[in-house]
Amino acid sequence: MIIKVENLVKKFGNFTAVDRISFQVPRGEIFGFLGANGAGKTTAIKMLCGLSKPTSGSATIAGYDLVKEAEQVKLNIGYMSQKFSLYDDLTISENIDFYGGLYRLRGQELSKKKEAILQELGLRDQKRDLVKSLPLGWKQKLAFSVATIHEPKILFLDEPTSGVDPITRRKFWEIIIATANKGITIFITTHYLDEAEYCDRISIMVNGKIIALDSPANLKAQLNVDTTAQIFAQLTR
Amino acid sequence: MKQFIYFIKKEFLHIFRDSKSLIILFGLPIIQIILFGFALTNEIKNVNFAVYDNSKSHASQRLINKINATDFFTLQEYITNPDKMEDALTSNRVKFVLVIDADFAQGMAQTEESKIQLLLDASDPNIATNIRAYINNIIADFAREEFPTSGEKELITAKMFYNPQVKSAYLFIPGLMAFILTLISAFMTSITLTREKELGNMEILLVSPLKPYQIIIGKVIPYAILSIVNIANILLLGKFVFGMPLNGSLLLLILESFLFLLNSLSLGILISSFTNSRQVAMMVALAGLLLPTMLLSGFIFPISNMPKVLQYFSQVIPATHFITILKGIMIKGIGISYLIKETTILALLTLLFIAISIKKFNVRLDK
Amino acid sequence: MSQLIKIENLIYAYGSKIAVDLPYLEVEEGDLFGLIGADGAGKTSLFRLIASLYKPKQGKITVFGQDTMKDYAKIRQFTGYMPGKFSLYEDLTIKENMNFFASVFETTVAENYSLIEEIYVMLKPFENRKAGKLSGGMKQKLALCSALIHKPKLLLLDEPTTGVDPASRQEFWEMLLKLQKRGITIIVSTPYLDEAQMCNKLALMHKSKIIAQGNTSDFITNFPKSLFHIKASKMRDLIHILRDFPHCHSAYSFGDAIHYQDKRNLTERVIQQELDAYLKKAGFSEVRIDKQIPSIEDAFIDYLHGQENDN
Repeated sequence: MIIKVENLVKKFGNFTAVDRISFQVPRGEIFGFLGANGAGKTTAIKMLCGLSKPTSGSATIAGYDLVKEAEQVKLNIGYMSQKFSLYDDLTISENIDFYGGLYRLRGQELSKKKEAILQELGLRDQKRDLVKSLPLGWKQKLAFSVATIHEPKILFLDEPTSGVDPITRRKFWEIIIATANKGITIFITTHYLDEAEYCDRISIMVNGKIIALDSPANLKAQLNVDTTAQIFAQLTR
Repeated sequence: MKQFIYFIKKEFLHIFRDSKSLIILFGLPIIQIILFGFALTNEIKNVNFAVYDNSKSHASQRLINKINATDFFTLQEYITNPDKMEDALTSNRVKFVLVIDADFAQGMAQTEESKIQLLLDASDPNIATNIRAYINNIIADFAREEFPTSGEKELITAKMFYNPQVKSAYLFIPGLMAFILTLISAFMTSITLTREKELGNMEILLVSPLKPYQIIIGKVIPYAILSIVNIANILLLGKFVFGMPLNGSLLLLILESFLFLLNSLSLGILISSFTNSRQVAMMVALAGLLLPTMLLSGFIFPISNMPKVLQYFSQVIPATHFITILKGIMIKGIGISYLIKETTILALLTLLFIAISIKKFNVRLDK
Repeated sequence: MSQLIKIENLIYAYGSKIAVDLPYLEVEEGDLFGLIGADGAGKTSLFRLIASLYKPKQGKITVFGQDTMKDYAKIRQFTGYMPGKFSLYEDLTIKENMNFFASVFETTVAENYSLIEEIYVMLKPFENRKAGKLSGGMKQKLALCSALIHKPKLLLLDEPTTGVDPASRQEFWEMLLKLQKRGITIIVSTPYLDEAQMCNKLALMHKSKIIAQGNTSDFITNFPKSLFHIKASKMRDLIHILRDFPHCHSAYSFGDAIHYQDKRNLTERVIQQELDAYLKKAGFSEVRIDKQIPSIEDAFIDYLHGQENDN
């Protein structure tokens, strides 16, 4: 189990944003973390990435304690959000250098990694172009590569497919699936409910609690519905 | 009209909901008055001094009494041993020592040489300069009374630097009025207008039947009202706390203040017309308006001491002219006929800013 | 039905970058017109052009017969516009926002209450809450109410459901349908293609161009090739194997299945049989190949797929 979460709680004053959630994720799984806006998803992800301190409860991420070994946790996870954290006014190459450096890649190792990314994305000839000149779909792929530059054990993806066209969105999922096949665990949130189908398991969060957690097929069978969108509609009503 | 009243009401709601803007609007003027009035003052009061009187004549005694009789200076001790003079200064017992020569009385009447020496604690140079100026003035006065025949001459080697009163309120009240009006009218107006753009509200307002001028006037009026409140505040504080005189016409003062207010508002609108974010507007207003108003308008540094280039530059700063107008009305008590030049410049600058703003303001989001 | 918006030879650019390039588009009175496309496709620019907030570099837009360049003041009178970004005042309460926008349009909330009543009753319990403290769904309702406050004839909604949870999105579309029934013409953009099906007219926008437009039903009836819905064991490998099939036109995942199109114009039965044999030979079991009725998303993918292969 690469992620183990036990009774994790986050309170803001009187308000309980995350209410004793517990779950485990095995290595290489694509775990879909679903829920309506304001259900507590973002707060939970922030805790799991070490950006926010839990009020109570515990979690181990990649074998490290979330609270006591936050530094180690951060070195073993990658994070990409809908806003892609690339710098528009830096070149592709400079962006890779910056994020590589952030994760302590140096010299040979970094340049080898950079070559590999440019090769894979077919951006070799454009490496001196500013990121802002790239189409959205490419930016997204680059952001993904940059988020995995340090070969994290777990990749947190927060609505990574918002706002792209349906083909780009599907191609992006193909990359996600290929990454998971390499053994990297994917922890993902999305607003496109059809995408929940691509996950090995999904959890559904309502009012700070996880109210369902299983494979999409099992959940559909349990609730006797045809699509993940219907699962969501039934459970969050 | 109802539309308009609502607009203004909405703007007041924004202002009163935002504690930060409230602090700038009302807190800052008060803090500044206090800072300039009490903390940053160069004014001298109850300064202790010592006397080393070699003359021990009636004349010297009268001089010492005259100095001691002012509000500014208090005689702390007589020194009899010249070696102790430095000790009095270094121990901080006194700020200066007045040394009177043995032939003081005769010297005052006849010789050209100065017969009085001042030993000053110059660790605070501003205060030292002021003390020298005060004393010099008192001695000159003394000389005229005691030795009317001796004519004007240098009694101490020092020169007069400031006007005899050196009341700092006279300097800072007009400057502060210009500064605060610029701050509230220009700075806050530019920020409040760009805020609408930055948060996307402008899009909706533009698409509505509101005319652009209505949007602008509606946003600006609340700040104009607040500025008027602040003018009144400063004038009242100036008069009753710092004893600032008003020798000229109050009506003229108010009218000139309105002119400057209009000028600042149009500058604020102008800034907002070519900036799209509050941060940029803030930087432009700070660097382009507040700093020049503070440093180059004669508020803090006298214009005549500036390099020529800056002197010319100070002429396009509206606050320069407004400060001249305020000083003229309040201190000199002069009327509009002496202030035509400044008033005209101010009015022309205002028209210029309004014209550019109208030209720059867009009924659309692009150019 | 009369024409409400007409666009001819429209070009809009940011500097040298073309944002909208639109030879022809028309919207008829009473339409619920969907503008579909990814971020950066040019949807927001097109909205702003129609709302007369942008000036075309070339071409002409008329709304109610009025030119957006010359007669923007008239157009603005009867247009309700809800920008993509939440543009109400977050430091004002629901009530204050409503009163303010009513006054801007020289009306009152009471005067046009019947139009917004259904939506507003849901906001009423929170009337004195600041807009900044509302959830996404509530903000969206408030923004819609304020765009409706002056009884506009034309409603421009730029991605009203982006970032809103699925339940609220559903609710929102039901409200739009009701408004359409009341005769309000609505142009709405969305990145969610499942929502597009609710519109009676659609335009697919991609890279500043409209690549397809027409009646929503036509998108489905005119779908060029038969479409198959394929499931099998080892779903993650299935897509790659299908793309390796020599006659594959396109294969994309759709929820728990793959949507497949064949290059050839053979009967469905023949294709089904060939695919079944191919997949079984490749080691797949539980193979299920069904005919799929295309959705708007399939149509969009088909257009995009064609474009990508052209380049």
